[in-house]
Amino acid sequence: MDIKDLLALKEKELAARKPICIRCCTAAGCLSSRGEAVKERLERAVYDAGLGDQVEVRGVGCLRLCCQGPLVQVDPENLLYEKVTPEEAGSIVDALNGEKVMLSRVDPDNPFFTKQQSIVLANSGVVDPNRIESYVAADGYQALHQALHEMTPKLVVEEMLTSGLRGRGGAGYPTGLKWATVQKAAGAKKYVICNADEGDPGAFMDRSVLESDPHSVLEGMAIGAYAVGADQGYIYVRAEYPLAIARLQTAINQARRLGLMGSAIFESPFHFNVDLRIGAGAFVCGEETALMASVEGKRGTPRPRPPFPAESGLWNCPTLINNVETFANVAAILRRGGAWFAGIGTERSKGTKVFALAGKIKNTGLIEVPMGTPLRVIVEEMGGGAPDGALIKAVQTGGPSGGCIPAEHLDTPVDYDSLNKLGSIMGSGGMIVMDDSTRMVDVARFFMEFCMDESCGKCIPCRAGTVQIHDLLAKVLAGMATARDLVQLEELCDLVKNTSLCGLGQTAPNPVLSTLRFFRREYEELLLPDPFAVRPTVPEGQVSVEIR
Amino acid sequence: MLTCTSNSKRKAVVAVLEHASGDKRFKILETHMKRHQHKADALIEVLHKAQELFGFLDDGLMLFVAHHLKLPPSRVYGVATFYHFFTLKPKGAHTCVVCLGTACYVKGADQVLRAIEARAGIKAGDTTADKQFSLVTARCIGACGIAPAVVYDGTVTPRQTPEGALERVKGWCSHGH
Repeated sequence: MDIKDLLALKEKELAARKPICIRCCTAAGCLSSRGEAVKERLERAVYDAGLGDQVEVRGVGCLRLCCQGPLVQVDPENLLYEKVTPEEAGSIVDALNGEKVMLSRVDPDNPFFTKQQSIVLANSGVVDPNRIESYVAADGYQALHQALHEMTPKLVVEEMLTSGLRGRGGAGYPTGLKWATVQKAAGAKKYVICNADEGDPGAFMDRSVLESDPHSVLEGMAIGAYAVGADQGYIYVRAEYPLAIARLQTAINQARRLGLMGSAIFESPFHFNVDLRIGAGAFVCGEETALMASVEGKRGTPRPRPPFPAESGLWNCPTLINNVETFANVAAILRRGGAWFAGIGTERSKGTKVFALAGKIKNTGLIEVPMGTPLRVIVEEMGGGAPDGALIKAVQTGGPSGGCIPAEHLDTPVDYDSLNKLGSIMGSGGMIVMDDSTRMVDVARFFMEFCMDESCGKCIPCRAGTVQIHDLLAKVLAGMATARDLVQLEELCDLVKNTSLCGLGQTAPNPVLSTLRFFRREYEELLLPDPFAVRPTVPEGQVSVEIR
Repeated sequence: MLTCTSNSKRKAVVAVLEHASGDKRFKILETHMKRHQHKADALIEVLHKAQELFGFLDDGLMLFVAHHLKLPPSRVYGVATFYHFFTLKPKGAHTCVVCLGTACYVKGADQVLRAIEARAGIKAGDTTADKQFSLVTARCIGACGIAPAVVYDGTVTPRQTPEGALERVKGWCSHGH
């Protein structure tokens, strides 16, 4: 295939478009609310009404507002129907003929939609994830052609450096720098890995990207492989995401069939293959060295760094490892230029970030906002605040590695550095809203239980420390702890944070530390009076003996 | 591998290999391993397939995999026990997975779980004595937008309440308790 064939395919797909398009969400959230049946009914209704040459029913990826699913969007009128049942799906087609129907619609001027800016999710809800032609029609694979024929690998890396893109997996390492290191690393064989082991509870962005637009990730990986000189890629996906796995496999097969993956891509000397690796339920495998051990078919235990994967990774070869969302940004950056991307966001955090908004909030779903958007805009305007008039108490970001940001800090802009200052992290993008009925000590215990279970057991601080911290938190919750236990809790957190081998242990105390910092009162209210403390009855001025 | 294992293990492998000739599922598993060129790094993929075919991984099955991938049985056992997805015990006829991700948790998934536990008379991770019903928890199934979510026999179901969940599992654990 060359560029002419690609453009011809695009033209053919566009020419086949019908005047009216009914887009039906077939991402995991809507599917579990009978989205597939809705789509079938729509197809049948269109056929029955004899509108087959006028109306296209397209299964698309996530339409964002997951709590109101199944969602159906009708173009060009721009109507978004919510909570569509298979029984009433037919009336959407009736409405096309001007009939009055009683169907609930989402207001398109809702800030949930208007405040979004889409780069990663630009194709989500637009293209059919099961058809490569649909992606090609949205200018897909043109960036890969541009890289292969108009740019040297060095130029591609420079473009990434200009863009200022930072890793979207959570740590925020500059992507361009990582690419440059792998490019310079010596070695005949190099690998590219896409980290799709989205283990943070409460995060579903990567899942949605993979389910809605798998080709953008494949294209990003191919461009990355060209830039660093790799010819083999792996996508490590969680086994908990069967739909994402199926759509990725379909996408890979289709790309191979069209010659967009395999040997001599776009009639250039570049060849590249991608294989799927299915995780088996271990949170620690989101850590890059553990993930690579798992790809090699071993127990997913991390190893010390350096050497970093960029120098010695998979099978000791230089390896480029990036998150799903990072790769999904790449094609857009090449198509529109690094400078364009750098114009979005804040000084040190460029571009947009996808968040999964969930918890005690009215509008749950997927949002993509420019970096630097204040938390208040996300939670109160876009999310619509807590349901039933409850007060928002805190926002949890970064999953078990992050922290809880209290309501008084809601004006914090969302970028890597501001969140770090508050003792939380950007993380992969899970955002859980908690209202005043949530007990923060219980939340800290919940996350510590998670880390305790998921610790791989290789290093002692994490293996034993998480258990001890969890037991201390349970003691506090049971009302059996004293002030001394709190002191010990803080010491232990400090120890685990500073002496653990990998990111799991190093960040495990974060939820405890951040709740201790902002919600210390809740801990203290649960404490027993310390039998050894200075008795408050001792009048001032008298000598009191404190027994320690 | 046979030379480095003890007599009893050797017998077990021989037994499995003999047994394998009769069971079609072993043939399918062998073909799957061949597709991966019997490479050691395909171990997790092969175990996924084995569990899909047999429902769980017993000792004989793990020895069979070890023998064909030319790996020490300890390595196969080590990998199978490291990952939560693999189970060494048979599952019940029906499975219910309660998601305990953060979003589900703050929306009351723990109450749903407790209700089912009380009804079925088993703890999470166990199977009822009559092998009809297994109760499992998940760390996060990524369905946070429709929390709390429960998966009944592979069907993700949104916005569960303790009452609704009990209604769903009523027929599955009636013998258990």
